[in-house]
Amino acid sequence: MAAQTLADLAKGLRAREYSSLELTRAFLARIERSQPSLNALITVTAESALVEAAAADARLAAGTAGPLTGVPIIHKDIFCTAGVRTTCASKMLSNFVSPYDATLVGKYRDAGAVMLGKANMDEFAMGSSNETSFFGPVKNPWDAAKVPGGSSGGSAAAVAARLAPLATATDTGGSIRQPAALCGVTGLKPTYGRVSRYGMIAFASSLDQAGVITVSAEDAALTLQAMAGFDPRDSTSVDVPVPDYAAELQQPMKGLRIGILTEFFGSGLDPAVEQAVRDSLAVWQKLGATVKEVSLPNLPLSVPTYYVVAPAECSSNLSRFDGVRFGHRCENPKDLLDLYKRSRAEGFGSEVKRRIMTGTYVLSAGYYDAYYLKAQRVRALINQEFRSAFGEVDLLVGPTTPTAAFGLGDKTSDPITMYLNDIYTIGANLAGLPAMSIPCGFVGGLPVGVQLIGPHFAEGRMLAAAHAYQRETDWHLRSPAGWSADFEPSNTGGAA
Amino acid sequence: MSLTPKQIESIAHLARLELKAEEIPVYTDSLSRIFGLVDELDKAQTAGIEPMAHPLEDQVQRLRPDAVSSPDRRDLYQQNAPQTEGGLYLVPKVIE
Repeated sequence: MAAQTLADLAKGLRAREYSSLELTRAFLARIERSQPSLNALITVTAESALVEAAAADARLAAGTAGPLTGVPIIHKDIFCTAGVRTTCASKMLSNFVSPYDATLVGKYRDAGAVMLGKANMDEFAMGSSNETSFFGPVKNPWDAAKVPGGSSGGSAAAVAARLAPLATATDTGGSIRQPAALCGVTGLKPTYGRVSRYGMIAFASSLDQAGVITVSAEDAALTLQAMAGFDPRDSTSVDVPVPDYAAELQQPMKGLRIGILTEFFGSGLDPAVEQAVRDSLAVWQKLGATVKEVSLPNLPLSVPTYYVVAPAECSSNLSRFDGVRFGHRCENPKDLLDLYKRSRAEGFGSEVKRRIMTGTYVLSAGYYDAYYLKAQRVRALINQEFRSAFGEVDLLVGPTTPTAAFGLGDKTSDPITMYLNDIYTIGANLAGLPAMSIPCGFVGGLPVGVQLIGPHFAEGRMLAAAHAYQRETDWHLRSPAGWSADFEPSNTGGAA
Repeated sequence: MSLTPKQIESIAHLARLELKAEEIPVYTDSLSRIFGLVDELDKAQTAGIEPMAHPLEDQVQRLRPDAVSSPDRRDLYQQNAPQTEGGLYLVPKVIE
C-alpha cells in the first residue's frame, strides 16, 4: 500500500527507503496534474523545493534530521515566505514578495520540511467556500462541482488530493475545521496563542489562530510539536510549556467524559450528518468514554457575535492597505484621498469590502456601545458557558458543519446563508479554545466531519481522542477517486 | 435593521473605499441583512457582564523594552513599494 500519512512518509525517509528528492518530485508531479483543475495552489515553488529536498537528504545522511526533515509541505498563502510571493489571495497583494518568513514558516524551514508552494484560500481568509479568492475558486477533489469550504480551501483540497501530507492553515471562525470536514481530512485549530502568528496576515486579531491540515490526528500531533511555542515577536503568543504531543496521544479513552452540545443538534443539521456524528460517539463509548448532553444557551448567538467582532477587527487591520508602502496602487491618483479610495476599491474584492464596511460601521461614533461592546459582552457569556461545561466534561463533540459540501455558486448571492455555514465552528474561536475536525463518514458520496472542542491548552487530550477514533475507523485514509496516494519508493525494495 | 444608501456612502467614505453607483444598492441590501442577523444579540441578557477583552483569562498584552530590535532593512522593504525616491515613499502632493 502506498504511504500517505506524514508519519509513514517520515519513517520511510529516516529508514532511507527513499530520498526527500524522490518524495518531492513525486508530490510536485501530483501538483502539476492538479493544476488548474483543482486550483489548490496559487504559487508552486518547484525549483526551491528541489534545493530544499537536497539539503534535507544531506541532513538525513548526516544523521542530523528531525521528524519533519525532508517532508513536503504546502503553506497557506496567508503566511509570509521570504522571497516568495505572498498574496493572501487578493489583488491587493498579488505582486507582494515577502521580505521575511513568518515564525511558523521559519520553524518548518528549520525542521527541514520542503515547501512545495502556497495554497489558495478565500481573500484575506474571509469566506467559507474559497470562492472569494482573486485567483479563482478551489474545487473539492471529491466532486469538482462542489466547494472545498474555506477559508483554508486550498490547504484542505491539497491534503485531500494527497498533493502534500500536510498544509498549514488558519482559523478565525472555522477556516481550518470547516474545509477539513468538507474535504475529508483532519484539521487542527490550536488554542489562541499556542502557535505564533508573526508573519501571518491579520484578519481578526482576537480570533485568528494558525494550525494545520493533515491526513491523521497522529500527523497533526507531530506538526503541532514543530509549530507550538512562545514567540516574543507575537504579542498574543502565550508562554506556556509545550507538552510531548506524541506521548499525549496515548491517553486512554476509558473514563473520558464527552459532552454533546444540545445547541449543535437542532434544526438546520442534515439528519445524515447527525447520524454520522452519533455513530462516531458510539466508537468512543465502545472505548470506554462516557457521553452526556450539555447545553450552552447563548451559543446560538455565536454567529451574530462573530459578525460584529470579526469585521470590526478586520476594518482596523486592513486599514494598512492604503496603496502607499506596499500593495496595489491605482493609476494616476489626483490626490491622497483619491489614492486611498481607488487603491482600496480596486485591490479588495466584494466580500472583503463588505466586511470592512460592516466593521467601520460598528466601530463608528454612536454605534460602538450598541454593537461592539454588546457583542463583546455576549462573547463573555459564551466564554463563561464553555468554562462551566468544561467543569463537567473533558471534551465537547458535535458536527463540524450542518451539511456536506455545497455546490459552487450556491451560496454566493446571500452572505447570511454563507455565514451560517460556520454556526458550529465560531464558538471555539470566540472562547479561544482548541478544536479539530476529523472525517467521520460520507453523505451522498461527500465526506463529513465530527468536531472536537477542548479546554484551553488541552490539545493533547483532543488529539488522543481523535487518534483513538482513527485507530478504530478508516474514514481518514479514504481519498477521492483519481487522487489516491501513489508514492511507491523506487530505489529500494521496501514498499512504503 | 435597515441601512440607507446614504449611510452606505458615508460608511464607504470612512472606510476609504470608492464605491461605484451600482454597488451602493448591493451593499445597502447585504449590510442591512447582516445587521438583521446582528440584531439577534438583543436577545442576550448582558446586564452586569463585562465585555470580553481577551480569549484567555488573566492574559494581557505583553510590553517589551522600548529598544531597537530589528536591523535597518529599508531597501529590501521598499522593493514592494509602488513609488519611492531617495528612500522615501512617494504620494501625490498633500500641501499645495
